[in-house]
Amino acid sequence: MSDHKYTPSSKFGKWFNDRLPLLTLANHLTDYPTPKNLNYWWTFGGILTFCLITQIVTGLVLAMHYIAHADMAFSSVEHIMRDVNYGWLLRYVHANGASMFFLAVYIHIFRSLFYGSYKSPREIIWILGIIIYLLMMAAAFMGYVLPWGQMSFWGATVITNLFSAIPLVGESITTWLWGGYSVDNPTLTRFFTLHYLIPFLILGLVVLHIWALHVPGNNNPVGIDIKKPSKDTVPFHPYIVIKDAFALLMFCIVFALFVFYQPNILGHADNYIEADPLVTPAHIVPEWYLLPFYAILRSVPDKLMGVVAMLSAILILAALPWLDTSKVRSAVFRPLFRQFYWILVADVLILGYVGAMPAEGLYLLIARVATAYYFAHFLIILPVLGWKEKTTPLPLSITEPVLGGSPNLAAARNDEKIEKIIK
Amino acid sequence: MSDQKDEKKTNRRDFLFTATAAAGAVGVGAAVWPLVDQMNPDASVKALASTEVDVSSMQPGQSLTVLWRGKPVFIKRRTDDEIKKARAVDINDLKHPEKDEDRAKNPEWLVMLGICTHLGCVPLTDKGDYDGWFCPCHGSHYDTSGRIRKGPAPTNMEIPKYEFVNTNTIKIG
Repeated sequence: MSDHKYTPSSKFGKWFNDRLPLLTLANHLTDYPTPKNLNYWWTFGGILTFCLITQIVTGLVLAMHYIAHADMAFSSVEHIMRDVNYGWLLRYVHANGASMFFLAVYIHIFRSLFYGSYKSPREIIWILGIIIYLLMMAAAFMGYVLPWGQMSFWGATVITNLFSAIPLVGESITTWLWGGYSVDNPTLTRFFTLHYLIPFLILGLVVLHIWALHVPGNNNPVGIDIKKPSKDTVPFHPYIVIKDAFALLMFCIVFALFVFYQPNILGHADNYIEADPLVTPAHIVPEWYLLPFYAILRSVPDKLMGVVAMLSAILILAALPWLDTSKVRSAVFRPLFRQFYWILVADVLILGYVGAMPAEGLYLLIARVATAYYFAHFLIILPVLGWKEKTTPLPLSITEPVLGGSPNLAAARNDEKIEKIIK
Repeated sequence: MSDQKDEKKTNRRDFLFTATAAAGAVGVGAAVWPLVDQMNPDASVKALASTEVDVSSMQPGQSLTVLWRGKPVFIKRRTDDEIKKARAVDINDLKHPEKDEDRAKNPEWLVMLGICTHLGCVPLTDKGDYDGWFCPCHGSHYDTSGRIRKGPAPTNMEIPKYEFVNTNTIKIG
């Protein structure tokens, strides 16, 4: 990427570019060589950028009408819904936008897991992604507190109380987070400030994420290193731009279905009741995208260990590039890993389901087994698979198996079949 | 060889570097502390430290929830049966061993923070396997003394500082 010898055609362009090489950057972005076999699972990076911008723009205008005060927050949200011009639309886009953001990020993460995109030399891209994911969870949690409904209040109470599990200083940390002795007005105002700040931190990290991506270039479904530029690549514009645009359009249809037809289906009815510090709702559940981790938290019968398990479940992902010992990136050439991959997908979905159910009886048992499996996948199965598994032969290039006559043709065909299945 | 040895020896410049860094660290720390401490409870929050509650109308078996420092406080006038149950427990069986005598100085009155020690929900009164309190969030069961008996909560519900100002009034805090 760095071997750019671009000169703008116009005289002014050249004068400007010599002083601030923005045109070189633009040229790099349009000409950026991309593997020509990228499938639709690779379009979620663009979709996520769209989600982030949507959240920032709708959030900015909502903040013009929202009042961050414990006595007024709830009614100001109702004011947005009833009185503000298009307020209902802006709020529904922002609220469902959070869910769409997480939907896209989970697909993006599981795409990396399938095709081994986290492996060398892309570890930094992966870790930056995990940090972005953590910040997304923080932003989503604080945003959910702002309407100051019952779920807002009690969600905030439960999550901030997680810090009280820390030995010795836990209580002081919780009081410090609250700015009082319970979740109250000081908590609301600081959450609003941080909720406003975090998206811009995410934006900065996204720039680093893309920068780090552009050093080695994209991974691809075959998962082999390719020469750039070569017969195996196409320029980002127009090839990837048009593919991303089409995928984004499809994604927006799903987004619009939620916003216009089921705007509240992903929320909780309890949050349309104003916060009451004396009454806890019968059943507190976080938003759907946090449920697997909530299930892990509840599956451990000890307070501190529950919190530790929940945090480890996220942080273990950062160590993934070193836990997965296999040299082969793509699951297409890893018959055993492929099966364990789908078991992990099922395991996370099961955790999500039991996270929404009461923590009793059979649900609790299932949550415990699924939690144990989740950790076993990363700590036992992946390291062992790396040296036990017999992988199928890798093609020499992306083009080679397609043109035929290669000994790796069978593997390539296999690749196509799998792609059909996961589509 | 001798040159390298000289370089490793601590000299006046090293002292200056260390002293400058130490002074800088103190300065940065002093500048950052107000930014951190402003998040702690402010003077107006701390001022709301005590609440007085009139309990003259409460009958045995009744309970009252009042707000103190933004937190619910349960005041329960216990029946003889509930007191007996709470005092009959062998404290060695408890996850957080505390005698009922220590939790309720006046056995008829139990005053405690109505906050589950697991993750801070408000438990429901007269519910659960031990006829005391039950937290609906993550299933902690408390007995008639507010002690944890079953579920994820690590400790008994906390007893705040309180006193009977007279026979009809309790001052919390």
